[in-house]
Amino acid sequence: MNRILEVRGLSRIYGPGCPHCVDATGPEADTNRCPHCGSIVAIHDVSFDLFEGEILGVMGESGSGKSTVVKTLYFDQAPTGGEAVFFDGDTQHELFALNAARQRWLRNHRFGMVYQNPNLGLNFNISAGGNIAERLLMSDLMDYGAIRERAKTLLARTEVLLSRVDDLPKHFSGGMQQRVQIAKALATQPPLLFLDEVTTGLDLSVQARILDLILEIQQELKTAMVVVTHDLGVIRLLTGRAIVMKYGRVIETGLTDQILEDPRHAYTQRLVASAL
Amino acid sequence: MTPPILQVEGYGKYFQLHEQNKLIPSAHDVSFTVRAGELTALIGPTGAGKSSVLKGIYRTYLPSAGRILYRDAMGHELDLARASEHQILDLRRREIGFVTQFLHCLPRQPTLDVVAQPLFGLGVARPEARQRAADLLSAMSLPERLWSVSPATFSGGERQRVNLARGFIARPRLLLLDEPTASLDPATAECVIRLIEGLKAEGTAMLAIFHHPETTRRLADQVVELAPPPAVEAMLKEIA
Repeated sequence: MNRILEVRGLSRIYGPGCPHCVDATGPEADTNRCPHCGSIVAIHDVSFDLFEGEILGVMGESGSGKSTVVKTLYFDQAPTGGEAVFFDGDTQHELFALNAARQRWLRNHRFGMVYQNPNLGLNFNISAGGNIAERLLMSDLMDYGAIRERAKTLLARTEVLLSRVDDLPKHFSGGMQQRVQIAKALATQPPLLFLDEVTTGLDLSVQARILDLILEIQQELKTAMVVVTHDLGVIRLLTGRAIVMKYGRVIETGLTDQILEDPRHAYTQRLVASAL
Repeated sequence: MTPPILQVEGYGKYFQLHEQNKLIPSAHDVSFTVRAGELTALIGPTGAGKSSVLKGIYRTYLPSAGRILYRDAMGHELDLARASEHQILDLRRREIGFVTQFLHCLPRQPTLDVVAQPLFGLGVARPEARQRAADLLSAMSLPERLWSVSPATFSGGERQRVNLARGFIARPRLLLLDEPTASLDPATAECVIRLIEGLKAEGTAMLAIFHHPETTRRLADQVVELAPPPAVEAMLKEIA
């Protein structure tokens, strides 16, 4: 098994920052807001490895920084510190040392992202098929017929009705929008996929089918995934390993069944004990 | 004599519960070996830590003390108590199986897929994996009409057979069994016992907890008796 992503010391501070920010925030300080300068330490010193074909869970409550982790890795936001290396076959990319053009290239060709809010992942003013075509165009596929065929295949795979290929996603249900987002993210068959609370707010039955779909895709394509969620059920269903975050810090990491059955950190014990 | 596949030395597990500010001992100073083609049975009263030992080996529990030396298919020895998460996941996929007391599965997954799951994980093509699952389920006389539905509605005995079939299907080198015959009627229990004998004959090493002393007598090559761990206060006194 080979490593696909290595993250070391990833940090992101919103605000001016001061020498006390790190010491004055975190789980012990019980806040992520620096009392000296008012900056928010969204994440600090986050490190983990991801292996090919593996699903890693990032769990924690709102404000724990879990979304910031994937947003920095997908170049939605720049980190204020830390490194990440993406291993792509024989090539290694130092993610945060790349210029903007190279970052965009990786984003469009080798990474995929599915956001909790479909607004962020989809263009609501163009059709479902057009959304996928857009991503395929960015990845250099130029033949109209080929693009349309590929878009249809992807939407069929994610169980979107083909009769709705030409409809605008803003007229879709929430579950359907997530399916289009997943189809779009998979368009270029990326080896690495980020999923940020993708089933939060959906009906239970819709959640289940989307999660099943993600698992099937993972087994078919061996896509490595980082799954961000506050939902222990999602963690249990999808992931083999997980990291637990609180106030921007990783407080525990382990095999998923071990974290759920033998949590060591006081916060994780509380989190697991509060499962429904 | 063949060298042991598994050698547990002084295993201990103590849960630290932060909310209640308590240290709960679950197993203490457990040592034994398991060999290829043999079955080691753990016996002892409730609370002696039998399941805790199995979970510690599978790393569902992080061991608090001791070494769990495992010799893998390549002949390398590693301490499961300290192995990396990826090493453990890889061993779970290829070499170490666990049949737990209760079957955990999705209420929407057909039985055939539940059983074939470990083969999917190894990259076996789905039709072949399902065929092997079907063969195993008919060997365990689970009626064919049940194969396409989820085990969620099954009786305890039917469910347990599905659980066992999933544990057996990938032919693990080391199989951990937690009361596999507990909820079975005598005829089905007999069928499971035969299967276990068959696996032993093929060289699978097994560590098992059985509900009935009779089953232990029939299947075990070694019996390890566990005593409940001493209370924390007693342990502290011992150290002092």
